[in-house]
Amino acid sequence: MKWDEFFVTGDPMIYGADVSIVLTMVGILFYLTKYKKWKWLWDEWLTTVDHKKLGIMYIVSAVLMLFRGGVDALLMRTQLAVPEAKFLDSQHYNEIFTTHGTIMIIFMAMPFLIGLINVVVPLQIGARDVAYPYLNAVSFWTFFIGAMLFNISFVIGGSPSAGWTSYMPLASNELSPGPGQNYYLLGLQIAGIGTLLTGINFLVTILKMRAPGMTLFRMPMFTWSSLVTMVIIIFAFPILTVALALMTFDRLFGSHFFTLQGAGMDMLWANLFWLWGHPEVYIVILPAFGMFSEIISTFSRKTLFGYKAMIWSMLLIAGYSFLVWVHHFFTMGSGALVNSVFSITTMAIGIPTGVKIFNWLFTMYRGKIQFTTPMLWSLGFIVNFVIGGVTGVMLAMAAADYQYHNTYFLVSHFHYVLIAGTVFACFAGLIYWYPKMFGYKLNERIGKWVFWVFTIGFNVCFFPQYFLGLDGMPRRVYTYSEESGWGPLNMVSTIGGFMMGIAFLILVYNMYYSFRYAKRETTGDAWDGRTLEWSTPTAMPPFYNFAKIPEVTGLDHFWRQKQAGKVEKLKAEDIKPIHMPSNSGVPFIMASFFFVAGFGMVFDWMWMAIAGIIGVFATLFYRSFEYDDGYYVSVEEVIETEKISK
Amino acid sequence: MAHAETHDPNTPLEYRSETGRLNILGFWIFLGAEIALFATLFATYMVLSHRIADGPALGELFEVKSLLIQTFLLLTSSFTCGLAVHEMRRHNVKGLITWMAITLGLGLGFLYFEIQEFLHFIHEGANIGTSAAWSGFFVLVGTHGAHVTFGIFWVTMVLIQVAKRGLTPATSAKVFITSLYWHFLDVVWIFIFTAVYLMGMVTHNG
Repeated sequence: MKWDEFFVTGDPMIYGADVSIVLTMVGILFYLTKYKKWKWLWDEWLTTVDHKKLGIMYIVSAVLMLFRGGVDALLMRTQLAVPEAKFLDSQHYNEIFTTHGTIMIIFMAMPFLIGLINVVVPLQIGARDVAYPYLNAVSFWTFFIGAMLFNISFVIGGSPSAGWTSYMPLASNELSPGPGQNYYLLGLQIAGIGTLLTGINFLVTILKMRAPGMTLFRMPMFTWSSLVTMVIIIFAFPILTVALALMTFDRLFGSHFFTLQGAGMDMLWANLFWLWGHPEVYIVILPAFGMFSEIISTFSRKTLFGYKAMIWSMLLIAGYSFLVWVHHFFTMGSGALVNSVFSITTMAIGIPTGVKIFNWLFTMYRGKIQFTTPMLWSLGFIVNFVIGGVTGVMLAMAAADYQYHNTYFLVSHFHYVLIAGTVFACFAGLIYWYPKMFGYKLNERIGKWVFWVFTIGFNVCFFPQYFLGLDGMPRRVYTYSEESGWGPLNMVSTIGGFMMGIAFLILVYNMYYSFRYAKRETTGDAWDGRTLEWSTPTAMPPFYNFAKIPEVTGLDHFWRQKQAGKVEKLKAEDIKPIHMPSNSGVPFIMASFFFVAGFGMVFDWMWMAIAGIIGVFATLFYRSFEYDDGYYVSVEEVIETEKISK
Repeated sequence: MAHAETHDPNTPLEYRSETGRLNILGFWIFLGAEIALFATLFATYMVLSHRIADGPALGELFEVKSLLIQTFLLLTSSFTCGLAVHEMRRHNVKGLITWMAITLGLGLGFLYFEIQEFLHFIHEGANIGTSAAWSGFFVLVGTHGAHVTFGIFWVTMVLIQVAKRGLTPATSAKVFITSLYWHFLDVVWIFIFTAVYLMGMVTHNG
């Protein structure tokens, strides 16, 4: 292999990226060395098993990925702003829409939500930790390494270009030669391990680690949504694992699962992909629903309306999510009967979702609404998500879908549900729980600017795309002719896209500004909250979360205690030694071996792949022989941390 | 997490620490994910099993003798694995190790005959690239075989720990979890036996 096959060459933008990557790396290494931060980095972050720190690392990674995926989006919108633009060539455009889709779903939306779940759920259920703290670190590092492996493709070897759905035979060796598609397969495979482990970890955590008195029907809605999400993960992710593995076999070892030679079946890929892919949509939307439930209830000063209806509707949605996958390919020859069945199941999802929308509205009805930034995002969600949902029902009509299929109408629909659902929730949840993570709120005034610029930009960007789609503009095209008449609306759409980019920059500025100037919280209850995570006396919960495990008597326990003026004060005699798990460097090292193995397979260098896999197993066995029962936090240290006066 | 706890003397050792209980529950859930994984592989295999292109039909190459030996070895190993856990419940470390060692021996025997069978198929001109049907066969049956291989390493590691540390709540939970894993492989084999071999031979021989 020659150097110019290994490194991507020939495009000035890529050279720019190379230079900026090298400069950033040098800058980070210089900073860590100059300020002697290596030990701090290793002890505090790389080896941590604290769910709150892992959650923060998930969120930081997700924000970086939002930047990368966002830059991809803006490059696409720049290319499409005017007819017959020469900004990107067709191959480059294919690569960018592929990485945009994959990164936003797998490496941005899901990790962002899992990060918030990590930070919040153990606190909400009154637990000291998750069920498997060590495994939690393995989950994070395999996700992170998978993301990094996928991301380096654009400077080393070349990006995948077969779309985030990677339909065969387009993704085969013949039509997608080179390592690009392998990056997709291996990056997702490694990150998928982490997601499955998270699913098991949090399912057990929520089932087994709840504080005394917290029955299932006293759990906060965000915890409920996480529980349901974890069940979907556990049954959906193995399907992705298999699908990716089969395609890897096709590409690297000459099997014939999805190829046209050897009597393989390309539609099998489409079915397997969406059997995972459709539930995936609910993996990224249900936690969002949970967050909106918390935020709307908190800032309406009311208990969530229809708590049980909310739970049952969520369970129904989870069940349906496995029964609708064919609606992603109505036009690919399933026949009228199959299409009808999947058309009906798809529309049926609208019913429980409608139940939830009305419950949020009734929660606000006669509430004392506070228009904080998290609340604004939640209100924006309701309006915009309904637009996405209604157009979704339009798409669900199989016969009509023949008109919309693969047009910008579809593109607009799923951006309306995913951005207004998941991304709005990520912003809302981040701002809402920011004081729990960092001890101060983000600035509200700047936050409102972010909200308005982003929401207006979002609508300016995507609403015109419904009309472009109805007018026949296909998705995934890199350019279009003057005569098509799509120019003006595309220009409008691009302007909206850049407004969203500006809003992202304001958000980052807000983080910086608030870090410098925001008033520090003195109690743990920054928003006058309702659920247990707000009941810790210190602004940021200590590493052991609760000095004394709370006892729960009903829904919104903490809120009702506050109303009754009966919040218990911690007393020194209540404190007992707390058992905690030790930090471990093994997850980070194991993930590094995964990187070696993945990188070797991407380039079909089997010696390297085998070395990496041996490394993975070596770390597994090493860990098996390690008997570390953790340590106890002394009563004195707890009293010191909680500032209890004797 | 784990505190000094009082126990009903009938509580098995592996359920005496909270970590043990959590790990066992987590492993049951992991097996749920494994069922989803194998179900996907089975579905793939069934969709592809008649798509043989120019290659031989699956049932054409299957041999009853090899199949019966493999099945006998694996099912017996599940039984001896059960005896091992039974000895563990009686706090008999020697019995546990002996029966587990026999389990591993049977597992290795199973692998030997499986590999022989794979080599035979390859010799007869059926490999992973022959047709979609054979791709499905090798990946489904091979995934099961890879699980058995991993299981042999894993059980060995756990036995070394038992030999070094004796039976504690931690080591007994590990033994119990590996036994669940081993039984699970047996269950999967019964499905492979039926859906792959029997159905393949029945379809081929009419």
